[in-house]
Amino acid sequence: MISFAPTEEQQAVIDTIRRFSRDKVSRARHDADENNAFTPALVQEGWRLGIVGGWLPEEFGGLGEPHSAISAAIYAEELAYGDLALALQVLAPALFGLPVFKFGSDAQKARWLPLLGEDKQPALTAAFTENGWSFDPNSMKTTARREGDEYILDGVKVRVANAEGADAILVYANENGATQAFIIEKGTEGLQISQRESLMGLRALPTYSVTLKGCRVPATARLGEDSGCDICHLLNVSRVTVAGLGVGVARIALEHALEYAKQRQAFGKFIAQFQSIAFMLAEMQMEVDSARLMTWEAAWNLDKGNEATRECVLGLNYANDTVMTVADRAVQIWGGHGYIRENPVEQLLRNARAFASLTGAAML
Amino acid sequence: MIDFEIPASLGKQLQILEQVALNVMRPASRHFDVHEHDRPWDYIKLMWDGGNNAGYRGRAGSGDLLSMSGGEGGEKVSGPKIRNLALMYTVEMLSYGDCGLYLSTAGGALGAAAVEAAGTPEQRERFLTRFKGGEPKWGAMAMTEPQAGSDTANIRTTAKLTEDGKEWILNGEKIFVTNGLMAAQESPGIVVVWATIAPGTGRAGMRAFVVEGNTPGMTVARLEKKHGIRASDTAALTFADCRIPYDNIIGSPELAKAEGKDSKGFAGAMKTFDATRPLVAASAIGVGRAALDFTKDFLFKQGVTIRYDAPPNVLTAVERDVMRMEAQLRAAWLLTIRAAWQMDIGISNSLEASMCKVKAGEAVTWVTQKAVELLGAEGYDCKLLVEKWMRDGKINDLYEGTGQINRLVVARRMLGYSSKEL
Ligand SMILES: Cc1cc2nc3c(=O)[nH]c(=O)nc-3n(C[C@H](O)[C@H](O)[C@H](O)COP(=O)(O)OP(=O)(O)OC[C@H]3O[C@@H](n4cnc5c(N)ncnc54)[C@H](O)[C@@H]3O)c2cc1C
Repeated sequence: MISFAPTEEQQAVIDTIRRFSRDKVSRARHDADENNAFTPALVQEGWRLGIVGGWLPEEFGGLGEPHSAISAAIYAEELAYGDLALALQVLAPALFGLPVFKFGSDAQKARWLPLLGEDKQPALTAAFTENGWSFDPNSMKTTARREGDEYILDGVKVRVANAEGADAILVYANENGATQAFIIEKGTEGLQISQRESLMGLRALPTYSVTLKGCRVPATARLGEDSGCDICHLLNVSRVTVAGLGVGVARIALEHALEYAKQRQAFGKFIAQFQSIAFMLAEMQMEVDSARLMTWEAAWNLDKGNEATRECVLGLNYANDTVMTVADRAVQIWGGHGYIRENPVEQLLRNARAFASLTGAAML
Repeated sequence: MIDFEIPASLGKQLQILEQVALNVMRPASRHFDVHEHDRPWDYIKLMWDGGNNAGYRGRAGSGDLLSMSGGEGGEKVSGPKIRNLALMYTVEMLSYGDCGLYLSTAGGALGAAAVEAAGTPEQRERFLTRFKGGEPKWGAMAMTEPQAGSDTANIRTTAKLTEDGKEWILNGEKIFVTNGLMAAQESPGIVVVWATIAPGTGRAGMRAFVVEGNTPGMTVARLEKKHGIRASDTAALTFADCRIPYDNIIGSPELAKAEGKDSKGFAGAMKTFDATRPLVAASAIGVGRAALDFTKDFLFKQGVTIRYDAPPNVLTAVERDVMRMEAQLRAAWLLTIRAAWQMDIGISNSLEASMCKVKAGEAVTWVTQKAVELLGAEGYDCKLLVEKWMRDGKINDLYEGTGQINRLVVARRMLGYSSKEL
């Protein structure tokens, strides 16, 4: 039966994250961007909201609920409504944990999932994106070659959040034309974490490029071991989550634009009283809502078990376009003041463009 | 719980409507586009007579979908209320068949919607029961005048109470009345006429009146020749000392007395729009989907398939266009069914109703224009219906508030501004 109302449980989580985003993150956002880091305490607090672990089995310290792509998208929106860099940093271990939960062998689950149930954020992350304008998740340049009881990985990954000091990284690689994932533990020979990257936006998010040079791992390091993983499914879950993040960034940009337009005066009026501004605001709202509903519908399809690549791609593209336009308009509405780093929309415009590469990569 | 599953009963009904759309409406599309003022009687009768069986009129559980006149006081509806939602799906499907024909469907339409939104129970009984049986009848709503379109508060048609207080006398000219001919002259239908009881007071003096079909003093002055939706009759109506009973003023009798003092009458019109704008959006999306489906089929036959998960750098311009067409229509559709769902569960939807109308009006305009483009020379040829869908689709960004006017509504709601402030 068609409905647009989240469940009570979802609403409770939404309220919790929203409070965190509003009261804590929004205050820390500017300084974190200038100083290239959120305080570890705030990251831990974000982690302890427990967003990541709803699906984690009870035996590993989670709630044992079925994984829901809709919930993931909704919670991602609320987190990114606070700040995208923080959202990505908080979610990083899930990029490792969720694939293990969905496709890991029993041994892999037993080894890694308990870490996700702990109060302290685990040092786990995933390496997915590669440089180059023709990056294709279904045909990666990083390779994995089987040799006896081992896999040998070669390639370069970029934008790996929290890579430095990570206990393990889930590395996606091309194995005979199919994308598979491999758990590479800290200290593996041939695994090299570069200097921290310097990006246009997301400056508070520590990302690194990761080089694999003849990196040897046991065959048991392959996600799902003999069965492998379903990259298509993982990509789709990731798409709707990223889309949710986009909606969150767009929503906060709209909120800043709306508030500003109501109090800034020009020519003896509030600027919101000029139609060119008011219409922009109306369109921003329309696009934010559209992007959210597209995301929800795609996620709903995934939760139903439907083949939903089309919906997920369209939803992500939509959110990507939306976040960029909305952030841009927000700066426009703030005028010259929007260009000043002291003001919130400036950072949002830089962060918004991140979705272009998140879109290409689709997997954060 | 967020859910996009349509109820099974509605699904069945839509299958029937799809047959009507493809097998009854489409084959007639071109004829009524070329023969602009012919009436599509076969379609009209089929819909009117078959109503009960097919379930789009007067059936328990679904309400009088197209007549907009059921629901209240009728059969008890079991299960969740989905009347508005069902209406959206119905209108979308019929417009997928043919938007002009859909607009010609007999029923209360906008006129009935106005009575339903703002009328008293007695008025609903008196004016709406007619749409449940007998011969086909139409309802229409006449707001627009030559000098007053978007600026509805500027209407000049007057309503004057007779000295004995028993009748209203209407004088003025209305244009662009959808189904005006059928409602005013060709059936015992109703025309809801907006007029002022206190000229010069703008919104405050505006009231709505029901003029029954064939009331002396109301005449059809002209039928317009249009860009698209040619199957739909669009009439100019003249009111010359047209007398109607006192009780035909829509809403509580106090409205007649509150002369020039409040704008409840105007608020009534706006309330109507909350219900009808999503319908326009649904209709827009039906036309857009017709064009999109056709385009995809056409391209498929040319060997073009859409690679949704290919990286952006390998997608062709055509693939990108098609993906955007799909996304724009889908987004508009989701906004539309959200606005309908809000009505069904009884929460205010003015913001969302205008939002979906803006989005759908723009989406159908762009999607249909793009379809003509993507089909190359064939797109422009009247052998296909695509060029017609482009002409049909455009109306949705114009009537029931242009895209600009609906943006204003959205912005005012977001900002908490009155019409004086923005
Ligand atoms: C086929 C058809 C069927 C119709 N059916 C009906 C019907 O059944 N009943 C009925 O009452 N009417 C009907 N209409 C009328 C329709 O609702 C009006 O045409 C529409 O509201 C626009 O009014 P207008 O044509 O006078 O344009 P105008 O109001 O003159 O507008 C011209 C342009 O100015 C813009 N504009 C106007 N005011 C503003 C503003 N404040 N801010 C920014 N931009 C503005 C408009 O958006 C538009 O782009 C119908 C029209 C058509 C074409």
